[in-house]
Amino acid sequence: MSDIILETQGLTKHYGGVHALTDANFTLQAGEHVAIMGDNGAGKSTFVRQITGVEIPTRGKIIFDGAEQHFENPMDARDAGIETVFQTLALADDLNVPDNLFLGREIVKFNLGPFSILDYKAMREATMAGLEKTAVKIPNVNNTIRNMSGGQRQCVAIARTATFHSKLTIMDEPTAALGVQETAQVENIVRTLKEAGEPLILISHNMRQVMDLCDRIVVFRRGRIVANLRKEETDGQDVVAYITGAKTQPEYDYEAS
Amino acid sequence: MAETTHGTGGLTFDAKKRSWPNEANVFIALILIILIFEGLGAVFRDQSFLFDFNEARDGTILNMARIKIIILQVSIIGIIALGATQVIVSGGIDLSAGSVVGMTAMVTMSFAQTELVNGNPNPKALFGPAFMDLPALVPVLVGLLVGTGAGLVNGALVAYTRIPPFIATLGMMVAARGAAQWWTRGQPISFPTEGFAAIGDGMMPVVWFVGLAILFHFVLKYTVYGKHTYAIGSNEDAARMSGIKVARHKTLVYAIAGALAGFSAIVLASKNLTAQTGMGLMYELDAIAMAVIGGVSLAGGRGSIIGTVIGALIFGVIISGFTFLRLDAYYQEMVKGVIIVGAVVLDQWRQSRAALRG
Repeated sequence: MSDIILETQGLTKHYGGVHALTDANFTLQAGEHVAIMGDNGAGKSTFVRQITGVEIPTRGKIIFDGAEQHFENPMDARDAGIETVFQTLALADDLNVPDNLFLGREIVKFNLGPFSILDYKAMREATMAGLEKTAVKIPNVNNTIRNMSGGQRQCVAIARTATFHSKLTIMDEPTAALGVQETAQVENIVRTLKEAGEPLILISHNMRQVMDLCDRIVVFRRGRIVANLRKEETDGQDVVAYITGAKTQPEYDYEAS
Repeated sequence: MAETTHGTGGLTFDAKKRSWPNEANVFIALILIILIFEGLGAVFRDQSFLFDFNEARDGTILNMARIKIIILQVSIIGIIALGATQVIVSGGIDLSAGSVVGMTAMVTMSFAQTELVNGNPNPKALFGPAFMDLPALVPVLVGLLVGTGAGLVNGALVAYTRIPPFIATLGMMVAARGAAQWWTRGQPISFPTEGFAAIGDGMMPVVWFVGLAILFHFVLKYTVYGKHTYAIGSNEDAARMSGIKVARHKTLVYAIAGALAGFSAIVLASKNLTAQTGMGLMYELDAIAMAVIGGVSLAGGRGSIIGTVIGALIFGVIISGFTFLRLDAYYQEMVKGVIIVGAVVLDQWRQSRAALRG
């Protein structure tokens, strides 16, 4: 239990008077795939926004890769090795696959500040290698994102992880907008990550998917963590009971105390 | 199956497999428009538009005089269009370019004056002798500085406040025109030094336009600046999440557009040997039209310098074509309006078609 990749202690976020997230204590082991579940507004996305640097927490500690982190922006988190696949795809439609993967961290031939010359060949080759590693299938990496299906877009977003050897991947509803076949494609990539021993936090409403892909389920409700369940010790109905508020694990029962 | 086809899910890169570039469509449009004028010319004027079969003086069957005029008359606004292209690709718009040309021309010219005109003191002298007969580099630098400054203000307004680009640059459009008039209380400035007059002499505007077009084609296509400009215009949130400093980048884009407007003013003032407060009136709309005709999408993210250069040529051909057909100048303005709206309609249609495909 020593290989903790990510730990949060008392992570809290208030928007004015709204307590979106309260005292979240969360750990993630190396190679572990953890699902975060909960109703809309339960604090799942807020939690993710704190650990990916999109927002700055009101209170609490984030310990990532053995050191306490204070992410000021998404770049900081990404530089530290946290790669996020956002619910709203963070892709530029008019750029092609390598351009999107390397957006904001382009490989350059000559460094001339903002006018640095791009090394298209190196970026393309790294992209191809990354896509191959995740078994992501894109007909032609030179295509712009605009011309791709939803599944292919999601795959491109996920392929960033493999391309940049990140230490932690976070996916926020990666298959919410996808069809059956495309969902299967994305799930296969998640399995590839699992085999490669890459840790993952998956936010999903899809119970079957969570049970298929993850080792552990953390349930959020009204801004708090209310359950931490090993997959083997629970089932769909049990999880739903935690999500809806029918059950709360004793150690998380703040309301009773 | 050795060849991977679309949909089966191979992983390919084929450098030869490029989609039909949009610029090719714009180029075909240019050819078609030329052919239309050739046809109308044959019917109504019994003359060829771009060819000259009677006189073989210059050793070519092309009507070089007309072709030169077409290119020359779009070059100065074309330089502005290079900046407009970048601003529009980044998802913005710059309505101030024409007024910035007026303001910059006035300020630049006042540093380009010569002391003696035909042995007599310069009747339009603005400053004392200490500011006369300066090397041409001085007014050029002053002009670039003024243009860049105006662009920086535009950019900062757009990037750091939530004012829409349309409004921010509209403010600059009015203010810069006012500054142009205030500079000399409305008086024109004339009699530049020979060095300064050489900048826009003869076909020099074309040289500047082509040179800058090549430079910015390269910058937009092969540098981080270009990539980020397209990314911001394509999906600003994605660009921000990717760590691009969006506000800083936008400021830079508007500053470059301002510098190009400033340079255009330098060439214009030099070519006309005078600066007047009304210079550059409505140039911004012509420049935007050139870009949009050339396939630059007003929604941002799409377009290219090559497209804009072809768009500028289409613009020049149409104007020259109307003159050739002896149509009234008033019709020209009206048709110009129709062309601008038509180009935007075409752009919207392209987008909705792309959305359906996606």
